[in-house]
Amino acid sequence: MSEITVGQTPQEERPSPPPQTRAPSYLNDSYSARSWLLTTDHKRIAILYVLGITFFFAIGGIAATTMRLELLTPAGDLVQAETYNKLFTIHGVVMVWFFLIPSIPATLGNFLIPLMIGADDLAFPRLNLASWYVYMFGGLFTLGAAVFGGVDTGWTFYTPYSSVYANSSVILTVVGVIVVGFSTIFTAVNFIVTIHRKRAPGLTWFRLPLFVWSHYATSIIMVLATPVLTITLLLIAVERIFGVGVFDPALGGDPLLFQHLFWFYSHPAVYIMILPGMGVVSELVSAFAHKRVFGYTFVAMASIAIAVLGFLVWGHHMFVSGQSLYASMIFSILSFLVAIPSAVKVFNWTATLYKGRISLDTPMLYALGFIGLFTLGGLTGLYVATLAVDVHVHDSYFVVAHFHYIMVGATVMAYLGGVHYWWPKITGRLYPEGWARFSAVLIFAGFNLTFFPQFLLGYLGMPRRYYAYAPEFQVLNVMSTAGASILALGYIFPLIYLLWSTRYGKSAPDNPWEAKGLEWTTSSPPPRENFYETPVVTEEAYAYDA
Amino acid sequence: MGNLLSQASTLASKVDLMLLVLLALSGFFVVLISGLIIFFAVRYRRGSDADRSHAPNTSLRLEIAWTVIPLLMGLPIFVWSAAAYFDYQRIPADALEIHVVAQQWMWKMEHPDGQREIDQLHVPMGQPVKLLMISQDVIHSFWVPDFRIKQDVLPGRYTTLWFEATEEGTFPLRCAEYCGTEHSRMLGEIVVLKPTDYQQWLAGQDSGAASPAAQGEQLFTDLGCSSCHRLDDDLGRGPSLVGVFGSEVRLANGAVVLADESYLRESILRPGAKIVATYQDIMPTFEGQVSEEELISLISYIQSLQDEEEPR
Repeated sequence: MSEITVGQTPQEERPSPPPQTRAPSYLNDSYSARSWLLTTDHKRIAILYVLGITFFFAIGGIAATTMRLELLTPAGDLVQAETYNKLFTIHGVVMVWFFLIPSIPATLGNFLIPLMIGADDLAFPRLNLASWYVYMFGGLFTLGAAVFGGVDTGWTFYTPYSSVYANSSVILTVVGVIVVGFSTIFTAVNFIVTIHRKRAPGLTWFRLPLFVWSHYATSIIMVLATPVLTITLLLIAVERIFGVGVFDPALGGDPLLFQHLFWFYSHPAVYIMILPGMGVVSELVSAFAHKRVFGYTFVAMASIAIAVLGFLVWGHHMFVSGQSLYASMIFSILSFLVAIPSAVKVFNWTATLYKGRISLDTPMLYALGFIGLFTLGGLTGLYVATLAVDVHVHDSYFVVAHFHYIMVGATVMAYLGGVHYWWPKITGRLYPEGWARFSAVLIFAGFNLTFFPQFLLGYLGMPRRYYAYAPEFQVLNVMSTAGASILALGYIFPLIYLLWSTRYGKSAPDNPWEAKGLEWTTSSPPPRENFYETPVVTEEAYAYDA
Repeated sequence: MGNLLSQASTLASKVDLMLLVLLALSGFFVVLISGLIIFFAVRYRRGSDADRSHAPNTSLRLEIAWTVIPLLMGLPIFVWSAAAYFDYQRIPADALEIHVVAQQWMWKMEHPDGQREIDQLHVPMGQPVKLLMISQDVIHSFWVPDFRIKQDVLPGRYTTLWFEATEEGTFPLRCAEYCGTEHSRMLGEIVVLKPTDYQQWLAGQDSGAASPAAQGEQLFTDLGCSSCHRLDDDLGRGPSLVGVFGSEVRLANGAVVLADESYLRESILRPGAKIVATYQDIMPTFEGQVSEEELISLISYIQSLQDEEEPR
């Protein structure tokens, strides 16, 4: 077995693959636009999703960049207050619903779940295609409403501001979000049925890769939580259009009811965003430590525990809202408890490295970056779960920093790590390792410079959603904006070199990382039907030689 | 926290101490995890000749250890902070009561003797201050970072907040709940004075204004409340309101409710919502006829109507 040492790139030390006539793959069995737009191949649909989420990520990123530029100076000078409020609304809505929630499941999950379980496709291929169209339609509809009509409620749509006072396209925006919710549900149902029904012979539940386990847990949350969001947003529309008193006290409604319903969805939604990332990281740590994931069963069960407990902590968003004192205490203790399964995962990933054969290729850099940022994000979650501390930092930049460490720091690191790891499988090409490592480090540094100062800003007293702020906060804001520009570069580089590699990258062997997992046993890129023969599984996941 | 943030209330130093403990706890885990990762990544790098025999794949003992130990480290913090939060939610009986009405995008304050301020609040140092707050439109949030206190201000429902300032000076007040276009301009300041200076300040304010209770008494007559709610006996068409505030009221449906500010407010605006036992649902609504300030005055008046034998 050839050993890879730290510092060497895989394509340098491996002999280039023998000249070959390319086997028919899902990429080259037809080229027409129709063959892409009407495909039912989960791999092609995954690519369509990649295009969609990349587009929406760019939109959300442009909004974020404009906000960071505004915040360079204390005075509100670059844009007007109204524009700023619309920018953070677009940023939040687009990033949460059109990027983060579909990010890993609809792209890597879509591509890999059938490959990892030895199936030819998802259980409902046409539903899978439909979910992409529903997603694109809903996303573009909302984006149109937000850009041309403008919406300034924030992604949280708090009532009665959203239902009565906001003079903007609230209804059109929520309609789009509701539509995208259906695509989430379609994908989740598809995954659940696929994982139950389409596993290869011999692939028992406890032989499944942890990536599949975490997607299973994610899908359960998607199916159970998304309908609550749909209903809640519909109620806003009902109140706005027909004046039925649901949330507005002037009509006999209760504004806190909205917050309960919204967070009953939106807190589990955080786990929709992070659990798939955890699945990716389990795969990466195992592959690049060349060792079975430590405590496999505990890591798998931790995903399920997070999915269940995640439904019981929504009230920690409401410690200063005026909810009952005793409710706050219960939500606080449950929030401490939900941190435990996440901590268990971090400890198990760390223990996986012990006595491993570790190489620090780009995907592993992202995985270790994920663990670092997730640990910081998770630990600061304890600060906001701590009642008396949350009273102070609630709705401040501390909270902004905390959830960006989880949702951007961790989830985007996992997504990029996964994209690099499976890039050879997806495209049949190798990406340039040097550029990729450089970008990974750049993203990690840029991210920390952007968001770490925001912890300090929040504790010192800067509220979120302020377009103008007190002059004493300027230094930290300038640091944050500087970090954001580094981060932006870090995101642009992979976009360029990955696109470049699809044409000029070296051809990838079937298993460039010498990793375990059924997806590496088929060709790179895989044929339309994934496997020429249905694989039979006779061993545990991650059965690396000790 | 240097010049950027003072510890200007009795709560501030407690919260900061909790922050320090959390920093120590999270610092421990960050150093532990990152230290181990770096150590393993170097020692077990591919190609190194480190001993890899008997590499474990699972260990029940370790799993239990790293489930239970973090839990045991976290629980005391929960208990400690919950106790502090509990105190923070219980308002001392002798607190000075100040009324706050929020609206897009300003804070209106009223002192017990009727002095009014906008976007500024003078308070005495070393004395508990209670804020009874309501919003006229959307949700706002009353945040004084130097005091480490924050409370959302809701439309249609009173929320309360209390603090005891420990330092003289002027401290920023910021709206922390997004409330529309000029959210970031919904600012104010808390001016903490020595108790004697506070009395002097009060005296220097426009003394033409009556106290909220006196204004409420006037309204009580002008709106015709007194024709049904008689003060001397229970024989009116509505219940007497003497001694009602803070008492438990039995309703027609058998339920018992505490007559607090929110109950009285609801009974004025939506009288049919909670009918007092033995009375009829005949009171007209005052929805849209009285402002939030007037409602607070009416409630202050009712609050002042205590039985004579009570020491208030």
